[in-house]
Amino acid sequence: MRQFEVSFIVDPVLSGDEVKSTAKIYQDILINEGASIVHVDEMGLKPLAYTINKRSTGYYYCIEFASESGSFIEKFELALKRDERIMRFLTVRLEKYAIKYNEDKRNGKIGKRTPKDAVPKKPLEYIPYQAFVPSVPTPTPAPTPAPAVVESKAIDPEMALPEKSEH
Amino acid sequence: MATQDEIKFLSNPNIGQKQQKYCRFKKFGLKHVDYKDPDFLIQFINQQGKLLPRRLTGNSLKFQRRVATAVKRARHLAMLPFVSDLLK
Repeated sequence: MRQFEVSFIVDPVLSGDEVKSTAKIYQDILINEGASIVHVDEMGLKPLAYTINKRSTGYYYCIEFASESGSFIEKFELALKRDERIMRFLTVRLEKYAIKYNEDKRNGKIGKRTPKDAVPKKPLEYIPYQAFVPSVPTPTPAPTPAPAVVESKAIDPEMALPEKSEH
Repeated sequence: MATQDEIKFLSNPNIGQKQQKYCRFKKFGLKHVDYKDPDFLIQFINQQGKLLPRRLTGNSLKFQRRVATAVKRARHLAMLPFVSDLLK
């Protein structure tokens, strides 16, 4: 069993349904040829790095499929080439690490490291404010920590300012 | 602030030292270079969209080859430009 991946760009001038039906046509062709579809990744409308056929955006699709032999791919690519709605396409055979990579990506194991970048500053500043809250006479149950912080700021802004400057 | 005992050199001895280059794929255990991830591949091309040499990126030969194919595939799919000015 070999695994392949075909990614193509659909013309953005078409309406949303037409774009989807175009992608569906090629999925059906693959199924008719005896390939099993592993995953269809709809990457959506993206800007192109350079213009193709006077278009500056395109709908990206990526279909991952498995088949015993890739003999029908030549025919499949010819169909893509003849279709005016398809701006570009690329078929690639996946090696074992690529298959694992795609699986991990689908399960969310591979992603951007935004959580690491998001952490650093805010919690450090908020710690002294939270310690200040119990002395406030109004007995608010504090459903979320965020409003409590706002309250303490309103009561004593002078206490808050030097703390900020330290950090 | 360093205390008096910690100060051993007048100037920082690390200045002017060459940093050892390394292959980031080997170091972080990446086995596959994805051509559909232009944000990652942009690290390996210069402002004109040309591939950077191994001498600068530190990639091992094996992964430099894979990066090269991935960049070429990304260019074909218009995810990266063939030529550009002031990329990045």
